Amino acid sequence: MSAFTRTVEGGIARLVLDLPGEPINKITRGVRDELDVLLRQIGGDPAVRAVALLSGKPDTFIAGADIDEFVALASRSDAFALVRGGQALVNRIPELGKPVVAGIHGACLGGGLEAALACTYRVATDHDKTSIGLPEVQLGIIPAAGGCQRLPRLIGVQPALDIILAGKTLPAKLAHRRGVVDELVHPAILERVTLEAARRLADGWRPARGRPGVKRLLLERNPLGLKLLFSLARKQVLAKSGGHYPAPLAALRAIEHGLRYGSEAGMEMEAELFADLAVGEVSRELVRIFFATTALKKDHGVGEPPEPRRVRRLGILGAGFMGSGIGGTAAVQAGVDVRFRDTALPAVARGLTAARHIADDRLARRRVTRYEHRRLVALLSGGTDWAGFASADVVIEAVFEDLAVKHAVFREAEQHVRDECVLASNTSTIPIERIASVARHPERVIGMHFFSPVERMPLLEVIVGRQTASWALVAAVDFGRRMGKTVVVVQDRPGFWVNRILGPYMSEAGRLVQEGVPIERLDYLMKRFGFPVGPITLLDEVGLDVALKAANVLGEAYGERMQPLEGLRRMVADGRLGRKTGRGFYRYDGGKRRGADDSAGAVLGVKAGGPPPDEDAEQRLVYAMLNEAARALDEGVVRSARDGDIAAIFGIGYPPFRGGPLRTLDRTGVGRAVEILEALARAYGDRFAPASALVRMAQSGGSFYSNS
Amino acid sequence: MNTGQSGRRVVVVGGCRTPFCKAGTVLKHLTGVDLARHAALELLHRCELEGALVDEMYFGQVVPSALAPNLAREVSLLPQFPRDIPAASVNRACASASTAIAIGADQIAAARADVVIAGGAESLSDVPILHSRRFADLLIGLSRARSLGERLRLLATFRPRDLVPVTPAIAEPSTGESMGQSAEKMAKVNGITREAQDAWAVRSHQLAQAGTTDGRLLAEIAPVFPPDGAGDPVDRDNGLRADTTLEQVAKLPPVFDRRYGSVTAANSSPLTDGGSAVLLMSAERAAALGYRALAAIRAHAVAAVDPGWQLLMGPAVAVPRALDRAGLTLRDIGLIEMHEAFASQVLSNIQAFESKRWAERLGRSAPIGAVDRDIVNVMGGSIAIGHPFGATGGRLTITLANEMRRRGVEFGLISVCAQGGMGFAMVLEQV
Repeated sequence: MSAFTRTVEGGIARLVLDLPGEPINKITRGVRDELDVLLRQIGGDPAVRAVALLSGKPDTFIAGADIDEFVALASRSDAFALVRGGQALVNRIPELGKPVVAGIHGACLGGGLEAALACTYRVATDHDKTSIGLPEVQLGIIPAAGGCQRLPRLIGVQPALDIILAGKTLPAKLAHRRGVVDELVHPAILERVTLEAARRLADGWRPARGRPGVKRLLLERNPLGLKLLFSLARKQVLAKSGGHYPAPLAALRAIEHGLRYGSEAGMEMEAELFADLAVGEVSRELVRIFFATTALKKDHGVGEPPEPRRVRRLGILGAGFMGSGIGGTAAVQAGVDVRFRDTALPAVARGLTAARHIADDRLARRRVTRYEHRRLVALLSGGTDWAGFASADVVIEAVFEDLAVKHAVFREAEQHVRDECVLASNTSTIPIERIASVARHPERVIGMHFFSPVERMPLLEVIVGRQTASWALVAAVDFGRRMGKTVVVVQDRPGFWVNRILGPYMSEAGRLVQEGVPIERLDYLMKRFGFPVGPITLLDEVGLDVALKAANVLGEAYGERMQPLEGLRRMVADGRLGRKTGRGFYRYDGGKRRGADDSAGAVLGVKAGGPPPDEDAEQRLVYAMLNEAARALDEGVVRSARDGDIAAIFGIGYPPFRGGPLRTLDRTGVGRAVEILEALARAYGDRFAPASALVRMAQSGGSFYSNS
Repeated sequence: MNTGQSGRRVVVVGGCRTPFCKAGTVLKHLTGVDLARHAALELLHRCELEGALVDEMYFGQVVPSALAPNLAREVSLLPQFPRDIPAASVNRACASASTAIAIGADQIAAARADVVIAGGAESLSDVPILHSRRFADLLIGLSRARSLGERLRLLATFRPRDLVPVTPAIAEPSTGESMGQSAEKMAKVNGITREAQDAWAVRSHQLAQAGTTDGRLLAEIAPVFPPDGAGDPVDRDNGLRADTTLEQVAKLPPVFDRRYGSVTAANSSPLTDGGSAVLLMSAERAAALGYRALAAIRAHAVAAVDPGWQLLMGPAVAVPRALDRAGLTLRDIGLIEMHEAFASQVLSNIQAFESKRWAERLGRSAPIGAVDRDIVNVMGGSIAIGHPFGATGGRLTITLANEMRRRGVEFGLISVCAQGGMGFAMVLEQV
C-alpha cells in the first residue's frame, strides 16, 4: 500500500503523504523510494506545472526521519550512504524545474523541514500543534539533508544558528516571524491556499522575501563579519556543552563550509560530519536516552495497570517554596484546579503569588497568550480552611520536613478528603510507610518527590510504600506526566534514588575539601566530567543545612559512606549555609557569586598532608556515585537500570553523553570498575569496597544493559 | 403549603462574598469581574460544587466596564466551569444582585434550571471615565476619514475643553436629583431627625463590629489576596469603625443641604468595592446531591414609585407585595435584612411600614406592621459594611439565611431600595 496519493488537477499535482499503519509521517526507505519515483514522473509530465505537498495525518506534516532506520546503521559508510541518498532525493525538489509548495500542519521536524526548505514556498497553519524545527543536535547528529545550507540562506545565518545549534522547535507564529514559513493560515483552508500558491507560482509569480537588514548585510554578507559570527558562536557552543557534545560544533562547520565554498560543498561536509557523528558514542547514548524516556512515558509503574483516574482537582498542603512550585506547575501544565491550604493567610498569599509567577513567566516568554494566562491564574486559589479538599482527586503535602508535623497534617487531611483521593507527600527524607502509618486508608498514601525549582526540574520520583495500592500509584504516575515530568517509580528506601546516589558523592566531596583540594578545582573537575555544576556549588545552592539534614538521615540508614563530616556541621553552626545566607563555600553578594570564601577553610578544618592528585579526586567522586547506584539498583530501589540512569540524568544532571551511572559502568566494563573500586578502597578506605552486585556481575561477565 | 411562588421549591445552598472595602482602597486593583469571579470561585470550593452541575448564572452590576459588559458570562467562563453555561448581567441599581437571585430562583421554579449561581459585584474604584461627546465624535470621525484633508478639517474643530471627561454621576437621569439629595428630602418630609439618623449609623457600626469579632460576618467573607504579594491579605470589610460614637458622628456637617440638612457622610453608605455569589438549587436537586440547604425562597416582589416623589421609598410598596405573595404578615417575620442606603431612608421605610396613612395610600385596611428594631440588621448594615451597588443583594441574602439558621427563625425578609424609585423584597423560609 502506497504512502503517497497523487492527483493532478488544472496542471497542479497534489501529493499527499499518509504513511499506512503509522500515526505520524516519517521518512522511511519506502517513503523515499516512492517519492523518488513520483518526482521523476512529475518531472517528465508536461501536464504538471506545479506541485503541492501535503500530509494526510491529523497532527503531523513530516516528523522527521525514521529513527529505527537510523539506529540500525551499522557503519560509518552506511550512514554516509543513507544521508547522501537523502540529500539527492531532497535536491530533486528544487531541480524539478517546477514550483513545489509545502502545506504544513502539525509537526514539521528534521528531515521533514529539510524537505520543506527545499520547496519553493511554505504555507503553515496557525495552530498549537504546528511545530517547526531541526532537533537533530539533541540526538547527537546534525541536519544532513541540506538543512545546514538552506536554512541560513533563507532566514539569515544568525537566526539559523540559533535554531540549528540548540535543536530548537518553533511554534507556528515564531516560525513565520523568522521567515521559515511564508504564510500562516487557518487549518480549514490550508489545502486551498497551498494549491492556489502552486497555481500562482506556475503562472510566474515569485514571492517577495524581504531585503536583508543592515545588521545582516554587515555581519553575514562579508567574510570578516562571518568569521566574527562563527567564532562567537563557537565560543558559546563550547561554553554550553563543555566540549562533550560534538554535534553543535559539527553543525557550525557544515554551515560555515557551505557559506564559504558553496551549497554543494556544504552538503558534502554535512554528509561527512553526519556519518562521523551517527556511529559515534555520544549520539548512541543520546538516542538511547531518547528511547528510554519514550518507553518510560508509557510505563505506568506496575504490570497490568488499572485505568488511571482523571485528576481534575488538586489540593496542596503547605504553600511554601515547594508547595507553590508544585501547585503552579500543576495549574500551568496540567490545567487542573489547584487549591492551596496553609495555616495563615499571609502564607497562602505568598504561595499564590509564587505560583502565579510561573504563569507570568510563560506569558513573558510568549508561550501563552494574555487570555490563556488569565485562565491559568484563575485555576489558583487558597485559604486556611479545608474548602475545596472534599472534591480533590489528589492532595500533595509539602509542609515542614518533620514526621510529627506530617503526621498531624495527614491525620487532619484524611478527615476532609474522599476515600478515593490520593494523599501524596513531597518528602525527601522520610519513609512513606512511616508517614502512612497514621492514615485510616494508608493504601492511598504515596510519595511524589519533586525537585527544585519545580517548574524547571524535569524529574519526579514517585515513591511506593509497601502499603500503597496500585490505583494510587497509577494515578500519581499519570498525574506526574500531565505535569510534564519524567516520572520514575522508586521504592521506599531512605534517600529514594536520586539523593541516595548523590549521598556518597557529596560526602566524598566534603572529604576531598578537607584533604585540601581547592573547592573551585573540585567543581571544575566535575564540570569537566560533564555535570552542569560541581558538588560544592550544588551544596551551596541546595543549602548546607538542607544537605546536612539529608546527610544525617542517609548516614543513619547506610553508614559511614554517607555520613556528613564534622566540617559540614561546623559550617552550618557558623551560619555558612550557602547562597541563601550570602556565604557558604563561596561568597555571594547581591545574588552573584564572588569567589571562594577563604575563611571557610578555618571552619572546615583542612587536614594537613596535601591534597590527592586530580585523577584520584575525580575517580573518588564519580565512583562513589557509581558504586552506590549499583548497590541501590540491586536492592530494587528502582525497577531497572534504565529507570536509574534516566532519573540520574534528569534529577542531578548526570552527563547525558555518558548515558547515566549504570551505563557508565557498562562502558567502563564492570570488571574494570570493580578493579578501580578495590584500588580506591585500598588507598582511601573501605567505603569504596565494590557493591556485591558489581562483584557478582564482574564474575559472571554480565552487564547492566543487554545491548552494551 | 402555600409557597406564594408558583412552581418548584427553590433553596439557597450557600453563599459568600468578598470583603467590602471603600472605593479607592485595598480592593482598587480589582475590576468588578475580578470581584465576582473571586466570590463565585470561593463559593465553588466552599460548597464543594462540581462546576458542570451549574445550569445558568445571573450577576448584578450597575456600572459595567466597557471591556467586559456582561460580567455574568465572564464568571461562567472561569476554568472550573464548563464553557457552555449561559449567563446574563442585570441592572436594577442597588437591587441588582437581588434581581439576579430572583431571576435565578424563577428559572429554577419554572423547571428551566436546577442549579444557578447568582450574585453581583461592583468596583467603584474602576469606574469608566468617558470622553465628552464632542471628543468621541472627533475620534470616530478621524477613524472614518478617507483623506488627509478630511482629517485636517476634523482636527480644526477640536477645542481643548473637549478633553474634559465625563464622570458618571450618582444622579437620577429623569430629575437630576442625586440619591443623597433624595435622602435629604425624605428626612425632611418624613420628619427623620439628625439624632435618629446618627443613632442608626452608630448602631450599624457597633453591630457589624460585633459580628466581625465573634466571627459570624467573617465566616461569610472569602479573603482576597494582594497582587504580587505586596500588602496583606484582605479578609474583612474595611469600613467598620468599632469606636464610632454618637458624639463623633454628630460633629459631621450635612452634605446635601449645608443649612438645614441632616444627611452626613457618617449616616450614608460609602462608595464600596465588592462582590457576592449565592448558590441556588431546586430543593430536589439539593437533596439528591446531599446538600443541606440554608433556606428556601418563599416569595419575592418588585415595585416602583415616581422617582421625583421619594426616590428611596420603593420598599414600602415592595415589602407588602412580597408578604402578600408569601401569605404572611410582618408579624410572621423573625429577622429582617434591610439595605441601608441612608439612615434617613431606613427610618423612612420603617416609618411607612408602621404608618396607617401609608397603608391607606396602598389601599390596605391596616398598617403593614410594627417593626421590632431588634430583628433588623442584627449584624449591622450597608452604612458600616459598605455598599457595592451590584453586590449588596447577595450579602443580604447570605447574612439573612445564615442568621436565620443560627437563630432558628422561620421566616426572614429582605428589603432593598434602588435608584429609579424602585424597591425589592424577598421572603426566605427556614428549611
